[in-house]
Amino acid sequence: MQLYELTAHELHEKLKAREITAVELTQSIYDRIDAVEEQTKGYITLTKEIALGQAETADAGFQRGDEMAPLTGIPTAIKDVICTKGILTTCGSRILGDFISPYDATVMTKLHQAGIVMVGKTNMDEFAMGSSTENSAYQTTRNPWDVETIPGGSSGGSAAVVAAGEAICSLGSDTGGSIRQPAALCGVVGMRPTYGRISRFGLVAFASSLDQIGPFSKDVTDCALMLNAICGHDPMDSTSANLPVPDFTKSLINDVQGVKIGIPKEYFIAGMDEEVEASVRNAIEELQSCGAIVEEISLPHTDYAIAAYYIIAPAEASANLARYDGVRYGFRAADAEELIDMYKQTRSQGFGDEVKRRIMLGTYALSSGYYDAYYLKAQKVRTLIKSDFDKAFEKVDVIVTPTAPTPAFKIGERTADPLQMYLSDVMNTPSSLAGLPGISIPCGFTKSGLPIGLQLLAPPFEEEKIMRVAYTFEQNSDHHRKQPNL
Amino acid sequence: MATITTDEVKQIASLARLEFNEEETEQFTYHLARILDYIGKLNELDTTDVPPTSHVLPIHNVVKADHAKPSYAREQTLANAPVIEAGYFEVPKVIE
Repeated sequence: MQLYELTAHELHEKLKAREITAVELTQSIYDRIDAVEEQTKGYITLTKEIALGQAETADAGFQRGDEMAPLTGIPTAIKDVICTKGILTTCGSRILGDFISPYDATVMTKLHQAGIVMVGKTNMDEFAMGSSTENSAYQTTRNPWDVETIPGGSSGGSAAVVAAGEAICSLGSDTGGSIRQPAALCGVVGMRPTYGRISRFGLVAFASSLDQIGPFSKDVTDCALMLNAICGHDPMDSTSANLPVPDFTKSLINDVQGVKIGIPKEYFIAGMDEEVEASVRNAIEELQSCGAIVEEISLPHTDYAIAAYYIIAPAEASANLARYDGVRYGFRAADAEELIDMYKQTRSQGFGDEVKRRIMLGTYALSSGYYDAYYLKAQKVRTLIKSDFDKAFEKVDVIVTPTAPTPAFKIGERTADPLQMYLSDVMNTPSSLAGLPGISIPCGFTKSGLPIGLQLLAPPFEEEKIMRVAYTFEQNSDHHRKQPNL
Repeated sequence: MATITTDEVKQIASLARLEFNEEETEQFTYHLARILDYIGKLNELDTTDVPPTSHVLPIHNVVKADHAKPSYAREQTLANAPVIEAGYFEVPKVIE
């Protein structure tokens, strides 16, 4: 067993027992990167010098025999949409191609306090807009389980590097499924906590009422450790919730006796992959045999979520991305002689097609004469979707669904048809619109060896219910232990 | 199919400070029409008495004390600027 194959909590025991050093662990990760990064293309930037310095600091603490936090010395990768002080933060975009953030996002401050080792910044769909990582201005990340397929997106780099052993944990962001879908497709654990649970300060904004940071890890225990490190109220984010944060490791309970699990019939749709459905049904039976009470529920407005999402998210994006004007930071087109032309040329050369498409869609939906028909309508449908969940949670504790309707698809398969790509997120956008916490955990593999994910949803700020059910499932299965052949 | 014309696309592009050549205009018109056509399914729902949700948390008007705090030094603020001149951001001439 190589060090890069272990989980954070396993490595912590070895670090504490001084069986290994954080420097050895960090070196093992960079050796692994040297060996496989050419195939996965998960990273935009590597920060080896910083990482080794952080590892030395961690080792000094372990050597003194100090009480060390559980993530001390753990090699962690960061999605390139999260601001890292003094380090390139590109958002996968040409327009931020040379942007060095002058400050750390709150999650980075917290992770540094927790003692992590920062391995590098991961590839992503430009401005987190996409479901395959093919919209990156830099490279297409490959799925470690089959490098001919996509890793999912938009946090495809963060999912792929954890699956490939190029990091132990990572951070991603999820607006309409961008953590859960790549976690499912890469066979790792990925969690989007409740909207407001984690500060968005320093998360480059895509759609502010939906964006949420969350962790990727190899198992549910590591997910709990990451949540413990990054959750909490932040005065720098006025939308962060001023609520106490539980110790999520207390929810790692291998028991679901009497827990009520709802299976929404609308999530088992026509056109869904048969192997995905079979695997998810098996997982539900497994939970039932562990003592959970399973009942079918209905979320009647599920089918409208993608349509509502693709008005609301682009509308917010069109406002958020207005700041990229070539004046204060980022790329500026060279030849414009007038200000407006400079804006237009800068933005047209700096943004990729998908970002332009969303800005156009959002500008259209917010423009005079269309506001009521599109934006207001979508916000009303958002209310209906949210109230579906409110009603369901009167009856059940947790909702279980597939994370994605299909396993990883081939690179290039959906790039010609944006609408087809949007539909990849059909299982994830409803809960995003409702602000719910959701996790994806590995629940099986296709015959061809591609991972399948199980999505668990809970009411706002009740992540503990998800953790308990996810942990129980994990303890009674071994899907999360499989490693890709790279 | 929802109707969005190439002229509308040009108008929206201008509002969004983007510009497209003829081929791109055709492409964007085609894809936007297809997406808007799909989004049209929202009209199947009667939302007459449904209030809109702009934000999922019951948080309103968060204010903080108006205290001055240290910020970035000028060099730091200008460090990422594509063009600077005498300690300022430089832009193309705006006033004739």
